[in-house]
Amino acid sequence: MIVTILYYLLTAAVAALLVWNIVKSRKWQDEILYIIVLIPFLLRLLRLK
Amino acid sequence: MRLRKIAVGIFGLALLFFSGTSFYRSRHLKEPVVAGAGVSRVVKLGDYFEGIRGTINDANVYVLEGTEPGGTFLILGGSHPEEPAGRLAAWILAEQGVVRKGRLLVVLSANRSGTTVTRLGGAYPPDFSIKTDWGEQVFRMGDRWSNPLDQWPDPEVYVHYPSRQELAYVDIRNLNRAWPGRKNGTLTERTCYALIELIRREKVDIVIDLHEAELQYPVISTIVAHQKGQDLAAMASMMISGSEGFNIGVEYSPLTLHGLSHREIGDNTDAISLLLEAPEPFLDATRGKTGTDLLLTGRDPFVVKAGQHGLLFEKIDEKGWPIDVRVGRHTSAILQILETWSGDKPDRAIVIEGIPRYDEVVAKGTGAFLRDPSKADPKSLYYE
Repeated sequence: MIVTILYYLLTAAVAALLVWNIVKSRKWQDEILYIIVLIPFLLRLLRLK
Repeated sequence: MRLRKIAVGIFGLALLFFSGTSFYRSRHLKEPVVAGAGVSRVVKLGDYFEGIRGTINDANVYVLEGTEPGGTFLILGGSHPEEPAGRLAAWILAEQGVVRKGRLLVVLSANRSGTTVTRLGGAYPPDFSIKTDWGEQVFRMGDRWSNPLDQWPDPEVYVHYPSRQELAYVDIRNLNRAWPGRKNGTLTERTCYALIELIRREKVDIVIDLHEAELQYPVISTIVAHQKGQDLAAMASMMISGSEGFNIGVEYSPLTLHGLSHREIGDNTDAISLLLEAPEPFLDATRGKTGTDLLLTGRDPFVVKAGQHGLLFEKIDEKGWPIDVRVGRHTSAILQILETWSGDKPDRAIVIEGIPRYDEVVAKGTGAFLRDPSKADPKSLYYE
């Protein structure tokens, strides 16, 4: 259970980094890429997949 | 640039919304079961082990009891939910079976968690429909493993309990690699433990675990038997091959391959454990589009091509392996095992009626044996 919580925290941290990268990015191609990478992390955090 | 970022953000939210909605619907799709006249009661797996009560794997156990005492069979569907013929055959038993002598216990979703997810990155359909006279019944597609939402993360190496055999990491969520289970283990291990408790407390004589296999897998179209059930499986195999209209072989459960139902149930309980495998081209690595059409028809030109190159352990042609053929193989094999057992052990016999054999399932279709939930008495309506 503790390991599961740690993994959810890790997922949230990576998701936050990806959002930060979207904010800081200057190229639209990178922004799209970050969005696509972000989706699975959000789906796991929201317990949808 | 700010406007562009807002547009990208909206694009991302749209992607999240549509994918999330699809996954949510699939995970929460209700599958109705109309318990047939033969079902005396429906209990929960949690009644046998508190550690599973109230979890997603607290499965329904349909109990069909005869008026005369006899033996007890346990049928497990949905150990691997992505092998739907096993679940559908169990569905038919629960909706159509009437036991005259002995008892039949039926579990439709042995790993219910595994029915609520599809293979990650596998582009599986979220669900599939079986046509009936009253419309279509929709079933969750499911996966081989428990849903990571219910058991996460996986270890680097899965060390099976209690053998300490090292298995693939992902198989820590595989119900058929977690037997005999562990009281304080993962969800999958606790599910196996609960099923073992059920087998012991109900004094089950025979457990039949229903599966399907890819044609590139050597253990296919067969009964895998624990050594306690070798004679029974061999006799049933001969009877099936001689009278049911299809061939089925016998494989002996390897003594040192741990975690599988055909090994651990036989080793850890008084029951004889058997596992049935039917061919499912949908699972083959060389398949083409992974859709409901392939799932239900079992037709795939790429798998046929693999067969032409001698890469398969089962025949396939343009007719494929339709779901009705696979379900019919399971119902006939169950009936033949049951009849063979009953002939050999009259005091522990089981007599069951109402279950269609292979020929009938193929002729009428699986849907002909599914009951209409909209016309069912609410007291006999259950959900998987």
